[in-house]
Amino acid sequence: MNIVVLVKQVPDSGADRNLRGADNTVDRGSANNVINEMDEYAIEEALRIKEAHGGEVTVLTMGPEKAAESIRKALSMGPDKAVHVLDDALHGSCAVATSKVLAAALGQLGADLVLCGAESTDGRVQVMPHMLAERLGIAALTGARKLTVDGGNLTVERQTEEGYEVVAAATPAVVSVWDTINEPRYPSFKGIMAAKKKPVQTLALADLGVAADEVGFAGATSTVLAHSRRPERSGGERVTDDGTGGTRLVEFLATEKFV
Amino acid sequence: MTEVLVVVEATREFGVKKVTLELLTLARELGTPAAVVLGGPGAAAALGDRLGEYGAEKIYAAEHEEIDDYLVAPKATVLAELVRRVQPAAVLLASSQEGKEIAARLAVKLDNGVLTDVVGLAADGTATQVAFAGSTIVTSKVTRGLPLVTLRPNSVTPSPAAATPTVEQLDVALGEPDRLARVVERVAEQKGSRPELTEASVVVSGGRGIGNADNFKLVEELADLLGGAVGASRAAVDSGFYPHQFQVGQTGKTVSPQLYVALGISGAIQHRAGMQTSKTIVAVNKDAEAPIFELADFGVVGDLFKVVPQAAEEIRKRR
Ligand SMILES: Cc1cc2nc3c(=O)[nH]c(=O)nc-3n(C[C@H](O)[C@H](O)[C@H](O)COP(=O)(O)OP(=O)(O)OC[C@H]3O[C@@H](n4cnc5c(N)ncnc54)[C@H](O)[C@@H]3O)c2cc1C
Ligand SMILES: Nc1ncnc2c1ncn2[C@@H]1O[C@H](COP(=O)(O)O)[C@@H](O)[C@H]1O
Repeated sequence: MNIVVLVKQVPDSGADRNLRGADNTVDRGSANNVINEMDEYAIEEALRIKEAHGGEVTVLTMGPEKAAESIRKALSMGPDKAVHVLDDALHGSCAVATSKVLAAALGQLGADLVLCGAESTDGRVQVMPHMLAERLGIAALTGARKLTVDGGNLTVERQTEEGYEVVAAATPAVVSVWDTINEPRYPSFKGIMAAKKKPVQTLALADLGVAADEVGFAGATSTVLAHSRRPERSGGERVTDDGTGGTRLVEFLATEKFV
Repeated sequence: MTEVLVVVEATREFGVKKVTLELLTLARELGTPAAVVLGGPGAAAALGDRLGEYGAEKIYAAEHEEIDDYLVAPKATVLAELVRRVQPAAVLLASSQEGKEIAARLAVKLDNGVLTDVVGLAADGTATQVAFAGSTIVTSKVTRGLPLVTLRPNSVTPSPAAATPTVEQLDVALGEPDRLARVVERVAEQKGSRPELTEASVVVSGGRGIGNADNFKLVEELADLLGGAVGASRAAVDSGFYPHQFQVGQTGKTVSPQLYVALGISGAIQHRAGMQTSKTIVAVNKDAEAPIFELADFGVVGDLFKVVPQAAEEIRKRR
């Protein structure tokens, strides 16, 4: 099975994150950039499918030069090769434009199965899998906590607000995964060494037949007008339990009309 | 005035979701609210009264036996046709998994911008969003097409405004591309009569400090006394104390209730990501240095196994 895993580089969610003053885009310069956590679960799932059914795993990233570090990191887990869509014109791209570029790349790669994270921690919009499926005319099985592959038939258990759904589709398809699906492996020393020699193909917009004015700020379908820091919350009253902590808690809730 | 389309979400048990009532309230400020019900035959009739109470002047009934048998694709197809025909002032959906997924497909079908997790929308289409775990406020605008927006639950106070909606039945035909992802089975996992986590006005969450699955009864008891939903930190979920769909935080649900109660939760940045826009926050933690106290409006430094049962007892006494 020919599997493509989508990997996005994002600023580390454990640290302070900002937008840039100049153009309201994510500040990737000052942030510690990492692989979007959910995407590591997608990589792990791809490797397990390959181990069980054979095939090839390709990492696909659209992002600035720096994203190359995340690509090597992803490869050190075990995928065979990577494609990096890199073009200065991409800066400022909205989700709609990003999906156009990724769909063009996926079209060239001809994947049977596209695996990606359920959402990214910087945008956390959960839109990419369905946008890609819509463009490619293939099925989207989103939010999987379990994926079963039986030849060309895919079945996922997808978590919903009320419980879960069992959803089925035939390949080709896009499957997005939650962090409940598996436990990603750590790259081994051998894996890290091997990753240095794995092929990474760089594609520019021209290679994908996408025009520069369809992406970036020029082609954006939405725009950020302004941003500001939300005022920090400040701690309020704090009491140490002296045997009346529970009662005092309820007194507070009562003054706020919750009881 | 131009119509504003509101995509209705409902559950079998509770009917129209609160977030849909919020959307109708918001829609009244932007134009004439028109609710779109996508479901099996009879779905619109069952919800019509409630939608009218909150100002729906019109109901588009998109009903088909098979519409719920496939993931979102058929719904997006019907909506795209409707949008092309009525040219609404805006399309509003809930920022739920399904709402975002429908919006994603609509955006591609219509080559239209989309804004998700919106908490406010002005008449000129300027949206307010909170980014980066609630630390940043962003104003943004769709620049191609109409405002296509998903609203985060608990962003608007729903207010009734009676209207008598006219109902228009839409022709729904499912094509092959709509039938690619088939729902084989829907399993409801029992959670009693508690409100849904993202919509609840009170959320009581437990963390690693709760100690084990059995002790989560304490959290549930307090939640029930306050009429709230139960949440959990990732550490509690990973330790198997509580199911994953109740996880609050960056890789779980984002909640924004009137009251958030954190029990035995340290308040890591990824947990805050899912709860720090709550109106009032209270915390119980035995560690006076726990970061959760930096955002708590009221905090008790103490053993939750003493504090919580006493609080529960006190609430019962006051009834
Ligand atoms: C990419 C990424 C995504 C993440 N996403 C999420 C997410 O979505 N949600 C989330 O919650 N976390 C998330 N995390 C994990 C997060 O960093 C923390 O590890 C987690 O929130 C800790 O949970 P906790 O507060 O329950 O546990 P701990 O940090 O272990 O805190 C337990 C607290 O309980 C207190 N306690 C113990 N016993 C008692 C007692 N008897 N009485 C009173 N207090 C007691 C302790 O003092 C302590 O403060 C994520 C991490 C990463 C790296
Ligand atoms: N620029 C990108 N390059 C590669 N994959 C991406 C990119 N943007 C989004 N994705 C994938 O789409 C998933 C969902 O992203 P989002 O819709 O932004 O929440 C992510 O977890 C990634 O797997």
